[in-house]
Amino acid sequence: MSYLDNILFAIILGLGISFFTINIKKIIRNIKLGQDVNRSNNSSQRWANMAMIALGQSKMVKRPIAGILHIFVYVGFVIINIEVLEIIIDGLFGTHRAFSFLGVFYTILIGSFEILAFLVLMAVVIFLIRRNIIKLNRFISSDLKGWPKSDANYILYFEIILMSLFLLMNAADYHLQLLDFGHYERVGAFPISQFIEPLFNGISEATVMVIERAVWWLHIIGILIFLNYLYFSKHLHILLAFPNTYFADLNPKGQLDNLESVTKEVKLMMDPNADPFAAAPVDATTVSGKFGASDVQDLNWVQLLNAYTCTECGRCTSSCPANLTGKKLSPRKIMMDTRDRLEEVGRNIDNNNGIFVPDNKSLLNDYITTEELWACTSCNACVEECPVNISPLSIIMDMRRYLVMEQSAAPLPLNAMMANIENNGAPWQYNQQDRLNWKNE
Amino acid sequence: MSEVLNVPTMAEMMAQGKQPEVLFWVGCAGSFDDRAKKITKAFVRILNRANVSFAVLGTEESCTGDPAKRAGNEFLFQMQAMMNIEVLNAYEAKKIVTACPHCFNTLKNEYPELGGKYEVVHHTEFLKSLLNEGRLTIEGGQFKGKRITFHDPCYLGRANNVYEAPRELIQKLEAELVEMKRSKAKGLCCGAGGAQMFKDSEPGNKEINIERTEDALETKPDIIAAGCPFCNTMMTDGVKNKESEGEIKVMDIAELIANAQDL
Repeated sequence: MSYLDNILFAIILGLGISFFTINIKKIIRNIKLGQDVNRSNNSSQRWANMAMIALGQSKMVKRPIAGILHIFVYVGFVIINIEVLEIIIDGLFGTHRAFSFLGVFYTILIGSFEILAFLVLMAVVIFLIRRNIIKLNRFISSDLKGWPKSDANYILYFEIILMSLFLLMNAADYHLQLLDFGHYERVGAFPISQFIEPLFNGISEATVMVIERAVWWLHIIGILIFLNYLYFSKHLHILLAFPNTYFADLNPKGQLDNLESVTKEVKLMMDPNADPFAAAPVDATTVSGKFGASDVQDLNWVQLLNAYTCTECGRCTSSCPANLTGKKLSPRKIMMDTRDRLEEVGRNIDNNNGIFVPDNKSLLNDYITTEELWACTSCNACVEECPVNISPLSIIMDMRRYLVMEQSAAPLPLNAMMANIENNGAPWQYNQQDRLNWKNE
Repeated sequence: MSEVLNVPTMAEMMAQGKQPEVLFWVGCAGSFDDRAKKITKAFVRILNRANVSFAVLGTEESCTGDPAKRAGNEFLFQMQAMMNIEVLNAYEAKKIVTACPHCFNTLKNEYPELGGKYEVVHHTEFLKSLLNEGRLTIEGGQFKGKRITFHDPCYLGRANNVYEAPRELIQKLEAELVEMKRSKAKGLCCGAGGAQMFKDSEPGNKEINIERTEDALETKPDIIAAGCPFCNTMMTDGVKNKESEGEIKVMDIAELIANAQDL
């Protein structure tokens, strides 16, 4: 009879984890739709970046208020997960507070979980206020209309519920401990929930025990639901921030990659011995026959990982000179559009037995307009600001490449500039032979 | 003007069997833009004064390809790059100095992969090294006590993490360096980068250079110092738009140093 609980628990846990695994596999498949790019070099620097930026939150605290509050939630989340481990063990084996044998250490552990849970609650409430009452610019911009705005709030509500359930569970437990009821031994410390505990005064012990069990179940089910919510949410950053900071570009921010496919063609063009009538060499290494990117499959996998990692905080957009002066460009929207399109392509593949069926849509135009792309000054403010080293700029540049090299669709003045460079080696119409005239002027 | 600038070309140097200490990459703006030519000359005057053995490519120099690359034209960029690399390698160039952060970034970061490997420095870094080696002295002169704010060029600062060299030079002028609210890594772009210099801006409610000029004006400066010919143009236009060109000058770091010594 008593095994029923454990079996039920194992089933729920199994379901939660398998759904999550299925979805994570989809994300990995989608990311792999991107072009290859080698980011395996210099692994020590990569580990260091991950440790500093993702684990150490070094870029978050550049905006101190949000940064410190975020650290509360982050540390709270990570540490309280040790408690989840105990819950899982208790659930599977029918124990109660399995880690309590740790003695004083357990007391400290539970005590610090409680304080962290309280800090998380406080931070989350402030976050809700910042989003919905103070209405900071970056949280009310048109990028976030609809689902993204709700998503952000749902995450915060979720955290409030989970933390409240955690504290309520402890309070009920503590109440029963004080009464030396049943198997509720006096373990742990309850610096926060001791203030909730008096709520149970006057309620029968059996009822409190039911409440304790109910809250325990709700808490773990809540966690599993939250885990599965990640796939649909911007909240994926809690996992992907780590690989994202690891695989981020290590070159100086000003360095834009040189397209290898172009190098080959230019070398051929400049080679006096090349046979102009020779058939184009068949080159197995050419993965995409296209210059630049018009859709998600043309981007590289790190750019697609970037898109899934973006948590839509908007620091990029709030520092973008184009956006600050009223232009349509928003680096955050570039990332959100990339993810939206990638998910659309992913669903297309799911619905067509694993093969993408062209849908007459693309990232360019259907999601990101040329007006946005041409407003970028390539200043790298967005890249600098991103707390997890996402590069919206690299996507913008790849899409400009497509517009110019595949469609000859540059704005007219840029065509004039490029014609000048081609004809006289300067972006303006001056003769190259006059390049040293300044010396004598 | 009757001033005599000593500007040898790499071709002349080679004919004499000499290799200069450094190649001065003038850049398109520095060669053709009237305002930027003054920066070029100021820098040359300092080089002459410090007896630096340098040479320019002169008519053999061509656009690095930066604006083409940022506009999306990788073909044109790589053609320019390969032509320039051929010339630079033929002269066995080792060290390059330039007063344009866009040329600086492209030569330093994007040429190596295409076969052009040089030590590339921005002119503010180069001037600082001259100063450290005792080959150049900087006096405050007319700038002593003046309020100077420095606008970080994106391609020098964020793109390549050079923030201190220009600031140290300003401080050597015994001027008061005042920082804008957005500076260094958080500096706001002037609006010229990414080929914007060569096109109209997209519809919005303000020009970027005006936004940036307002940042600068908030510091109540006597001089807005720049380290990039394009930033210089943008900020100069911004100051004119604010009708402040009477009180506030926009000057390159090289001009500040040259003028301080009446060069």
